Amino acid sequence: MRVVVLGAGIVGAACARELARRGLAVTVLDRGGPAAATTAHGEGNVLVSDKGPGPELELARLSRRLWPEILAEHEAPPADAVEWDAKGGIVVATTDAGARELARFADSQRAAGITADTLDAAALAEAEPHVTRDVALAVHYPEDAQVQPSGAAAFLLGGALRAGAELRTGCEVLGAVTSGGRLTAVRTSAGTIEADAFVNATGPWSGEVAARLGAPVDVRPRRGEVLVTTPQPPLVFHKVYDADYVGAVGSGAEELQASAVVESTRAGTILLGSSRRRVGFDDRLRPEVLSVIARKALRLFPCLAGVPVMRAYGGFRPYVPDHLPVIGPDPRLPGLWHAGGHEGAGIGLSPGTALLLADLLTGRAPQIDPAPFRVDRPAVLFEGDDQ
Amino acid sequence: MTARTRRHVAVVGAGPAGLAAAAAALRAGARVTLVDAAERPGGQYHRMLPEQYRAARPERLHHGWAAFDRLRRHVLGHPRCAWWAESSVWSLERPGPGDETAPRVHVVRGPADGAGRERLVLDPDALVLAPGAHDRVLPFPGWDLPGVFTAGAAQALAKGERVVIGDRVVVAGAGPFLLPVAASLLEAGSTVLEVLEANPAATVLRGWGRRPWELASQAGKAGELAEYTALLARHRVPYRTGRAVIEARGDGRVEEVVTARLRADWSVVSGTERIVAVDAVCVGHGFTPQLELPLAAGCALREGFVQVDGDQRTTAPAVLAAGEITGIAGAPAARVEGLVAGWAAGGGDAAAPEARAARRRRDRARAFAARLAAAHPIGDGWPGWLRPETVVCRCEETTYGALCRAADAPASAAARAVKLGTRAGLGPCQARICGPSVAELLARRSPPPDLAAGGHRPATPHHRPVAQPIRLGELARPPKENL
Repeated sequence: MRVVVLGAGIVGAACARELARRGLAVTVLDRGGPAAATTAHGEGNVLVSDKGPGPELELARLSRRLWPEILAEHEAPPADAVEWDAKGGIVVATTDAGARELARFADSQRAAGITADTLDAAALAEAEPHVTRDVALAVHYPEDAQVQPSGAAAFLLGGALRAGAELRTGCEVLGAVTSGGRLTAVRTSAGTIEADAFVNATGPWSGEVAARLGAPVDVRPRRGEVLVTTPQPPLVFHKVYDADYVGAVGSGAEELQASAVVESTRAGTILLGSSRRRVGFDDRLRPEVLSVIARKALRLFPCLAGVPVMRAYGGFRPYVPDHLPVIGPDPRLPGLWHAGGHEGAGIGLSPGTALLLADLLTGRAPQIDPAPFRVDRPAVLFEGDDQ
Repeated sequence: MTARTRRHVAVVGAGPAGLAAAAAALRAGARVTLVDAAERPGGQYHRMLPEQYRAARPERLHHGWAAFDRLRRHVLGHPRCAWWAESSVWSLERPGPGDETAPRVHVVRGPADGAGRERLVLDPDALVLAPGAHDRVLPFPGWDLPGVFTAGAAQALAKGERVVIGDRVVVAGAGPFLLPVAASLLEAGSTVLEVLEANPAATVLRGWGRRPWELASQAGKAGELAEYTALLARHRVPYRTGRAVIEARGDGRVEEVVTARLRADWSVVSGTERIVAVDAVCVGHGFTPQLELPLAAGCALREGFVQVDGDQRTTAPAVLAAGEITGIAGAPAARVEGLVAGWAAGGGDAAAPEARAARRRRDRARAFAARLAAAHPIGDGWPGWLRPETVVCRCEETTYGALCRAADAPASAAARAVKLGTRAGLGPCQARICGPSVAELLARRSPPPDLAAGGHRPATPHHRPVAQPIRLGELARPPKENL
C-alpha cells in the first residue's frame, strides 16, 4: 500500500514513521523544508496538565506513554537532539478566584487518573525558588515534559526515512486527481504523485490543502508569540504557567488571549509565552503583544525584570473551533485522511496521533476511541464564520 | 505651521548618512527626531572620544572632522530637531497591507547598562533608516582565540578609547578598510608586521582600474587612501595581495598566525604557508549591512542590500534608506545618500537644483560602491580554510563539522532546523557575526528548499524582529507615545 503524507512537520513525520515501520510505502511531501513552519515556532510542549478530562486528555496520555518508548527504539539518529526533559509542570494561581478554578480543574483531572499534587508554600519554594511568593494555589504535574520540537521532528522523520520512507521537499500540493469519487493522486509543483492513501498533515494550512483537494475542513491559523531571553544561570526548573493558560487555550476569541508560560531550555535561554490571536496568516510581531507576555511572565517571576529578551518568534497554530484534532478518513473523499488541527499541542500529541491514524488506516483496533476526532463533525465541516 | 502639523521625519542612525539625512529633512522644513544608540553622533566613522578623555585634538585619526563638527552642531542645535542619544530601536511595527503610513518606531532610551530605560514610540510621517554596517569576519581555525580582533573592533579601540590591541600585529582580510585600521594601530603605537589583502593584485587592479574617470568624483576617498598608503610606507609596513591569515594558534591566546598565498577564489596554494609570531591579529572581510530594521519595515532587498529608487525610497511605504545598507561605499557616499533621502523624506521638491545635484553626486558614489565590490570580493574558496572542529558560531560554539552533519541529514536539512539543531546563530549576538557565513556554508551543501510557507518568510540571517535586546522589565511597561 502506498501512502503519501502531506506535510513534513512533526505530525507528518510521526505519521510517516509509524506507517513506514508497518511496511507501507511512504512518501512525505513538503512545500518547504522539514519542520520549518509551525513545528519550528513552538515551545515543545508535552503536556497533560492543561487538558481537562475528555478525548484530548486520552490522546495526551497515550502520547505521553509513547514518547519515551519511541526515543528508546532508535539508536540513530541520536535521540539526544530531541532534548526530552520530563521536568514536570507547575500551574500557579495568583488570585483566589483563579485558585478555586484551578482546584476544581485539578480535582477533575485526578478523577481521570492524572497525577496532580498540590504544593504548599514551602514545597513550591523548594521546587521553584525564584517564583513569586504571591501564590494562592500551586499544583505540580510530574507527567508534563518538554522536547526541542525541531529536533524531535527530525528524529521522527529520520526514523521514517530509515524505515524506507521517501522525502520530497519543495513540492507543493496543487490539486486532486480522482477516479470514481476516490482520491488517486495529488497534482504537485513537482508532478503528479499517485498513492492509495493521502494523509493531510499540513497543520494550519490543512484547510487550504483540503480545499485544493476538494474536501474543505475548517482548520484556521491562530497566531502565537514566544520571547527568548539571553542564556541565564538555572532560574526556572519546571514548566511554570499561570492558571489562566487553560482558559486561554480553551477560548476561541479572536482578540488577544495571553497567559504566562515560563520555562528554561537546555541552552540556558528562558522561553516566555504565550499569546493567542486569530489574525489569519499575518506574521507581524506586535510589540504590545510582546509587552503583555512580558508583564504576565513578570507576575510569576518578578526576578526576571532585568533579564534581556534577545529574540522573539511567532508561529501559527492549527485551530479548530471545538479545540479537538481531526484524525481519520474523510468520508467525502475516499483515499483522503486527516491528521491535524492540534492547535498548540501538536508536538506533544504527535505520537498518539500517528498511532491512531496508522491503526485506522491499516485496519487495526485503535487504542483510544477515534470517534471524537472524526472528520465529519460539525466543527470541522462547518464552513464560514464561527460567530 | 505648528510643530504638531509639520511633517515629522524620524532618522535612525546618526552616522554620516543619518546626520546628513537629518540636515536635509530640516532644510526641507520638516521636524526631525534623530535616534542613535550611541551617546554622541558620528556612527562608526566619526567615532568620538568620550568627553572625559578631554582630547586636545579630537580630529586626530579623523577625516573630514571640521565638516562633520559643523554638521553635527547645526543638526543637534536646530530648534526643529530632537536628538535622542542612547536610544535603540528595538522594533519596527509595519502597518497592515494597503496602509501607506510609515512603520511605528519602538525605542528604548537610556544608558544600555543602566537600569530602567524608558520605552518610547514614534509615529513619523516618514522614516529614514541609516543604521550602517558592521564588519564581517569569516571563520578560520583559531579565530575565536583571545587576541584575534575584528578590524572594526581594533579601529574602535584605537580611535574611540586609544587602546592598543598588541605590539606585533598582522592586519588581514579584504577591502580598503584594512588601511585605516593599520594606520590607527600605527598611530596608537603598535608595530604592524604586514597588511594582507586576500584578493590577488589582478582582481584589485581590475576592480579599481575600470572607468578611472569615475574615481575623480571620489577624490576625497581616494586621497584618504593615498594618505594611509603613504603612512604605511613610512612605517615600512608591507601591503601584500593574494595572501591571508588562514589560522591563528596559541595557548589560551593568539601567539602566531599561519598566512598563505591564495588563488583568486581564495583557495589556499599549498606549500606557501608561513608562520608569523604575533600578539594580536586584526581581520576584516568587508562589511555586513545591518538589515534587521529594513527587513522589519518590509523593505525588499536586491543582491543583499536594501533596494532604493532615485530618491532613496525603499519598496516599503514612507521608508527611505541611506548609507551602507544600500551598498557598501564609505562615508562620503553615505553622506550624499543621506542628503537625498532626508530631502525626500522631509517633503523637499525633487526638482530643486540642489536636489538634482545631490542625486548626481549620489549616482557617482554608487558607481564607486560597485567598483569597491568588484575590487574586493569574498572568494568562494574560504570554506577550505575550515576544519571539522573549527567553531563557526562563537556564541554557541557550533563547529563546522556539526553544521555539515545537520545539513547533510535530509530530515534536519532545512535552514531553520539546522539552526535549531546546532544552535548556530541563536546565541547572544543573534547571528550578527556568524549569520552570513553560516548561510553561505549551508547554501553550498546541496541547498534544501526553504521556501516561504504560508505566513512564514524564508529564513534569513538578518531577520531579527527584536532588533536590540530589551529587558523584560522595560518591555512590560507601557510606552510613551505622541512624541
